[in-house]
Amino acid sequence: MNLNPGTASPNITNPNITNHSLSAIARALKNGDYSSVELTRAYLDRIAAHGGALNAYITVTAERALAQAEAADARRAKGESQPLLGVPLAHKDLFCTAGVRTSCGSRMLDKFIAPYDATVVAKLDAAGMVTLGKTNMDEFAMGSSNENSWYGAVRNPWNHALVPGGSSGGSAAAVAARLCPIATGTDTGGSVRQPASFCGLTGLKATYGRISRWGMIAYASSLDQAGVLAQNAADCALLLQGMAGFDPKDSTSAQVAVPDYAAALHQPLQGLRIGLPKEHFAEGLSLEVEQQIRAALAVFERLGATLVEVSLPNSHLSICAYYVIAPAEASANLSRYDGVRYGYRCERPKDLEDLYKRSRSEGFGNEVKRRIMVGTYALSAGYYEAYYGKAQKVRRLIKDDFTRAFQEVDVIMGPTTPGTAFALGSKTKDPVTMYLEDIYTIAVNLAGLPGMSIPAGQVHGLPIGLQIVGRDFDEARLLNVAHQFQQASDWHTRTPPGVSG
Amino acid sequence: MTWETVIGLEVHVQLATHSKLFSGSSTRFGAAPNTQANVYDLALPGTLPVLNAEALRMAVQFGLAIGAEIGLTSVFDRKNYFYPDLPKGYQTSQLAHPTVGKGALTITRDDGSTQTIGITRAHMEEDAGKSLHEEFPHATGIDLNRAGTPLLEIVSEPELRSAKDAVAYLKKLHSLITYLGISDGDMSQGSMRCDANVSVRKVGATEFGTRAEIKNINSFRFVEKAILVDAQRQIDLIEEGGKVVQETRLYDADKNQTRSMRSKEVANDYRYFPEPDLLPVVIDDAYIAAVRATLPELPDVKAARLQSQYGLSVYDANVLASERATAAYFEEVAQTARDAKLAANWVMVDLQAVLNKNALTIAQSPVSAAALAGLILRIKDNTLSSKIAKTVFEAMVAGEGNADAIIAAKGLTQVTDTHAIEQLIDTVLANNPTQVAQYRAGQEKVFTFFIGQVMKESKGKANPAQVNDLLKAKLAGN
Repeated sequence: MNLNPGTASPNITNPNITNHSLSAIARALKNGDYSSVELTRAYLDRIAAHGGALNAYITVTAERALAQAEAADARRAKGESQPLLGVPLAHKDLFCTAGVRTSCGSRMLDKFIAPYDATVVAKLDAAGMVTLGKTNMDEFAMGSSNENSWYGAVRNPWNHALVPGGSSGGSAAAVAARLCPIATGTDTGGSVRQPASFCGLTGLKATYGRISRWGMIAYASSLDQAGVLAQNAADCALLLQGMAGFDPKDSTSAQVAVPDYAAALHQPLQGLRIGLPKEHFAEGLSLEVEQQIRAALAVFERLGATLVEVSLPNSHLSICAYYVIAPAEASANLSRYDGVRYGYRCERPKDLEDLYKRSRSEGFGNEVKRRIMVGTYALSAGYYEAYYGKAQKVRRLIKDDFTRAFQEVDVIMGPTTPGTAFALGSKTKDPVTMYLEDIYTIAVNLAGLPGMSIPAGQVHGLPIGLQIVGRDFDEARLLNVAHQFQQASDWHTRTPPGVSG
Repeated sequence: MTWETVIGLEVHVQLATHSKLFSGSSTRFGAAPNTQANVYDLALPGTLPVLNAEALRMAVQFGLAIGAEIGLTSVFDRKNYFYPDLPKGYQTSQLAHPTVGKGALTITRDDGSTQTIGITRAHMEEDAGKSLHEEFPHATGIDLNRAGTPLLEIVSEPELRSAKDAVAYLKKLHSLITYLGISDGDMSQGSMRCDANVSVRKVGATEFGTRAEIKNINSFRFVEKAILVDAQRQIDLIEEGGKVVQETRLYDADKNQTRSMRSKEVANDYRYFPEPDLLPVVIDDAYIAAVRATLPELPDVKAARLQSQYGLSVYDANVLASERATAAYFEEVAQTARDAKLAANWVMVDLQAVLNKNALTIAQSPVSAAALAGLILRIKDNTLSSKIAKTVFEAMVAGEGNADAIIAAKGLTQVTDTHAIEQLIDTVLANNPTQVAQYRAGQEKVFTFFIGQVMKESKGKANPAQVNDLLKAKLAGN
């Protein structure tokens, strides 16, 4: 065949543009290597060809994306050049997006078209980003495997028989399979970090209060925080820059200045003190994972960091505390889904009570109902102090553990999860086994701290993640530490079979 | 056997903010259904509350006005229950850490006696929407305009001992909130709603009886009637050997009785817990001092000042001070006319009668304070008798102008000329020889007949005091 490169479509001249990182895309768009419309078309084509097998998207917003891409190209033509302009992304389907179905992975909101934008969506739209679609997730963000979705399970791009992790499983699978260059997620107990670990991605959960929760459908208000699923730390830094900041519409968002995250990436790690919680290197952690984590820690030592053993003595209580506090808040947060004003309503209700009971029984899945019941019980008269009151005290102890540890060290590291991605269906019968997936991540939410998971090795061909936890609002340091590791290693460049990096 | 009624009141006051407690929607009353409900009020997914600073300031104002402890850290809680007009499925309220703690309110009875009633607490919470059961056949309409309107729930100690005292307490509360301008206090529109906890016990008993809670009573009069009728119900029940059960009851004004609400409606476990979408509200002494500086002169202080400054009785001073606008009106009349006693009488009796008759507030009075003072000045300089003054006042109410214009137009100037009055008396005595004879024979009651005749002859314009004196002299034999 004699193709003339000068007249061929950009999709053919650049068959791999969907493999670019956000940073690479930003450079390419700036250089005019391709337009936002061309890039967006390439992603939409790729989603159409490969998206179905993974079930990563609930809704693809092709028309809207192309219109946004055109607008971004027009802005660039007028001389704008900010890094996010024209860059496509996907949003976890719990960020309200005006005019677009926002389902939260639930039958309850299957027909819910949000009439307003989440602050995260509005900010990234304003920065000129292009929304490719809304990603699959565990219903109302409750789950660690993305099997609790009304729209069906998401598959792990590394092995379609495995789960991608959850609850931001759709976002993780989409980024790993290059169905988008980067995606938003949320993390209430590990829902960004665990799927990042399972899918070989760099995931960041911000400090509680760093990113506005306005328009981010609530699971557990005091724990929910937005985050990023990306190919590397530098990409995380760029997207976080666009998401972070005080929002007067969210009373829990913090009035703390947002630093320049990209500028902070390059600081050398000489003298960095890394805390290793002895409780995270104990029973329950697979030996193979531990070996990989130790190898990654050795890289940090070579970069000039010092490893210090620390203790988080109350960390064994974190799952118990979490599974009281989160369901308690959820039980109230989900009361609004009553079949009265919007959302799922049962057929022909007999009376008000029937309307409530059947709408909620039919509209919610089993895990959501389980947590509503647990939370309702924990808040009941006579049980409040024994459960909710005690869980809040434990929460304070856990926060104190971290505060003490951070007097000695700059960051805390350990495995993100005890093992690699597990098989679909292997843990659905036993909720508690599933809950233990988040054993290393949950305490970070209880303490409100920022956390990351970065690819740090492989076990039997599957990625494993290293968790990095920082002080309140110290995302810049986390990103710096992650970026320096990624300059000295290549785990983050590994892609699932069949996906070229 | 003598019984004593024990009453505690829970009063919901709608705060007069422009927007809702946690959203920017308007709180204006009477708009078309669901036109004042935004994404938060509708409890759309992902929406979050932001506390209205004005509502907080008003709650603190109230707290300072009742001398209460102000919570430097107050916490909002979620009160969970399902109802169609409660969009979030929980009401955001304050349980353990209200903005206003213990305070007190002094009530004044009609006889001038006073009593200080303890206030347990006052907390902020959001109102629910309205369920409209009558407008739609086989369906219930939901109007969420009111959903999220800020309320201050003011809880009294069970220290009231009669229905009349309960009303006096409510009136004092009403006076206070309207003074502060934190609510219009309009009970008919639900701006002030009252729940009454009522129990009875034998006089001298130290333990409280079992109480009934009477919900949502919407006028001062109904509060009095509902308490009386339920206290009697409880007394009858006990005297017949029965027991009062703790329950929620509704007052039916048409039948003048209370009836039990179905237990299902009240057997809720509200599962309160701190609202995680709001941080604790932390205020400091500087904030409190700034709010204190905005407080107006309050009813008790004003009443005391009216007594000392104008020499009013306790009763008059309290009546005039109960409403800020009335007190201001009175003071303007008293100062302009330089006669507090006349000013108090005219404001409390004649003007009040006109306002009551036409259902007007003092701000809507057809006679301004300056105009009323003008009338009183004409009484003081003897231009008008008090009787003619009432005629002039009626004309002023009817909009015929100020007192001087009406006097001139109608020729109503009082006759104080001794000679003219003597001529009138002479005519009357000459026309009634029989009565003159009776009087002189010792029937002194006939004297009022002569007064009446003389006043009639003068068309009411003769100075009554002069008529009295001159008539006495004439009849005595001159």
